[in-house]
Amino acid sequence: MDLRDSAAESAFREQLRDWLAATLPTVGPEPAHTDWPGRREYDTAWQRLLFDAGYAGINWPKEYGGRGATPTEHLIFLEETERAGAPYVGVNFVGLLHAGPTIVTEGTPQQRGAHLPKILTGEEIWCQGFSEPGSGSDLASMRTRAARDGDHYVVNGHKIWTSHAEVADYCELLVRTDPDAPKHKGISWLMMPMDAPGLTVRPLTTALGSAEFSEVFLDDVRIPVANRVGDENDGWRVTMVTLSFERGTAWVDQIVDSIRLIGELAEIAKKVTSRDATAWDDRGLRREIGHLAAEFDGLWAMTKRGVTEAGTGVPGPTASVLKLRYTEARQRLMELGARVLGRASLSRADIAGLPASEWTKERINSLSYTIAAGTSQIQRNIIGERLLGLPKER
Amino acid sequence: MHFLPTEDQLELQRGVREVLASVFPLEKLPDGFDQSAWDSIVETGVFAIRTDLGLGLAEAALAFEELGRVCIPGPFVATFITAGFADGPVTFLDPARQPLLVPYLENSQAILILGEQPVLAPASEVVGSTALTEPLDPLSPLHELPSVPSGTAVGAAAEQLKHEGALLTAAIQVGIAARLTELAVSYAKTREQFDRPIGAFQAVKHICSDMLVRTELARASLHSAAVILDDLANGEMAVLDPGRAVSGAKLLADEAATGNGRSCVQVYGGMGFTWEVPVHFFLKRAWLHATEFGTADEHAEDLAAAL
Ligand SMILES: Cc1cc2nc3c(=O)[nH]c(=O)nc-3n(C[C@H](O)[C@H](O)[C@H](O)COP(=O)(O)OP(=O)(O)OC[C@H]3O[C@@H](n4cnc5c(N)ncnc54)[C@H](O)[C@@H]3O)c2cc1C
Repeated sequence: MDLRDSAAESAFREQLRDWLAATLPTVGPEPAHTDWPGRREYDTAWQRLLFDAGYAGINWPKEYGGRGATPTEHLIFLEETERAGAPYVGVNFVGLLHAGPTIVTEGTPQQRGAHLPKILTGEEIWCQGFSEPGSGSDLASMRTRAARDGDHYVVNGHKIWTSHAEVADYCELLVRTDPDAPKHKGISWLMMPMDAPGLTVRPLTTALGSAEFSEVFLDDVRIPVANRVGDENDGWRVTMVTLSFERGTAWVDQIVDSIRLIGELAEIAKKVTSRDATAWDDRGLRREIGHLAAEFDGLWAMTKRGVTEAGTGVPGPTASVLKLRYTEARQRLMELGARVLGRASLSRADIAGLPASEWTKERINSLSYTIAAGTSQIQRNIIGERLLGLPKER
Repeated sequence: MHFLPTEDQLELQRGVREVLASVFPLEKLPDGFDQSAWDSIVETGVFAIRTDLGLGLAEAALAFEELGRVCIPGPFVATFITAGFADGPVTFLDPARQPLLVPYLENSQAILILGEQPVLAPASEVVGSTALTEPLDPLSPLHELPSVPSGTAVGAAAEQLKHEGALLTAAIQVGIAARLTELAVSYAKTREQFDRPIGAFQAVKHICSDMLVRTELARASLHSAAVILDDLANGEMAVLDPGRAVSGAKLLADEAATGNGRSCVQVYGGMGFTWEVPVHFFLKRAWLHATEFGTADEHAEDLAAAL
């Protein structure tokens, strides 16, 4: 067991730090949350900078234009960019972490050539059209129908919660190609151009008040059969393959961020007064803060364990355990933050010299973490059934 | 970075596990401290991991998880941390904590008294101690001392001994938490109600999942803290403040062990409340360790102070 960087890892870290120190001052301020064209511009400009410096597709194989970095280097990349306050992956998320890797492993040479380079440079933005109004946790029950018509599929259906749909060029779309097959066996994975006729995007406003995701209505949308990745009716397996690409790194930036926020919370507590003393004078509160610090330090250690597991190819229990525990801890952190801020937490803008904006928005935003990408209940089912071998309910 | 046990480390852990399985199966648990089991453990070299084998706390933590897994009683932690300068078994006393209670006094050669200046007192010279007639953990006898005995100074810093003690106690707690998860899961797979294994019910399944989550988080924290203390001992740069790492590990391990104990009783239903099913022994041991080498509350406070 070794937590220190190897010589190669520390060289990688140093080089990255130098590059970030030189590059970040050239990056402009983040655009407003509601300014979608601006956000696309900002996120893709950052992606281009990463590409030019050789950091795009850090975990992708070299032969497909990635850096072919080890899982540990991937971890270092995410850790250092977060610590340096670099822009997030943003609208490039699905392309870099989901659709791209799927095309890497399951795509044809032609599909790879057409999309992978543009994903890496930030020229092509992807969204994920998996969930439907009737199919969330039970994703495999989805009903969006694709009927074969010559060398096209004609697609009809309704997707929902499609993040970044408004700015995306392509959608990784799950469709039902065989309605008579068992539910996991009749699904196909298609690349859908977002400008296809018959496609309507209707933004949904989140609890945060911004339009992070949309509904996507599909009305006789024609998609070339050549846009199918993997075999017909093999889309479920294709989807599952991709998940392994993350290699335990899904929450790195947020865990690093949480550890920073714990420190910030201690500082806030020293400033805020409650009754006749500062919040920090309250031993009970200090214990709660210390307790959360232990959890996030532990989650950080667990992340390192997961990354090592990924590197050895031995699947460990880490991914679901991490998702479940991290998202719940993050919510408790935000609740504690709100308690310390007191009535300053009622403002979404900084107030009274306190950083209310970040805490209050994230308090709202973190509500989604235990829902998106598999709810906490579903994670507990997965842990119980797949890791502990308990019998299924049905 | 390679944050998984190496093959050698796993082999050492397996070795300890095998010895324990033969000298201290669950059936022996109700009999309490077992001198011959103790001797067999000494023979495995667990206490000499650092002094003779030249290994570190990472290896010790893996071995101590095994001691927790079988719930074997004995003054393991103090014996390990004093192995460089005292003959075991060695027990310990926290002089700042009232009442002054010492576990396994009659099974020990000496008491490590962990005040600001740690000292060692021969167990035979302790006067006026009384055995608790009803200790919480029936397998871990406790003696109450009328006052803090005097002893001879030892050549190790209090802070280091406290860190090591908390770490190895956390390792035992992680072992307890892991075993309780195994017990609950295997019961949930076999016990049937309403015509199906109770583990098929989400209300039970999710209890088991949470047990695993608590255990794995505590284990990652434990291993991280062990590696950090080893790095420090080897003059390397540690990735986190050692005190913070140890406090986090002890806090999460205490929660995993005691939380899993309660959960395991619940999964077992009425059987879980019987003397015959060993779950209560694990839980009571976890409660005992939760008061040793700093409570979760104290560690949480220390952690906050270190921010
Ligand atoms: C911010 C955000 C972004 C998203 N982005 C995308 C995206 O880009 N693309 C996309 O395709 N999807 C996206 N999603 C959708 C997300 O994957 C789903 O919301 C999620 O899978 C849950 O589905 P649901 O919302 O239909 O809830 P439901 O499945 O209806 O769940 C409702 C409640 O029932 C519980 N429940 C359901 N089944 C079970 C069960 N078997 N046992 C116990 N409890 C159960 C759930 O835990 C939950 O508490 C996004 C969601 C959010 C919140």
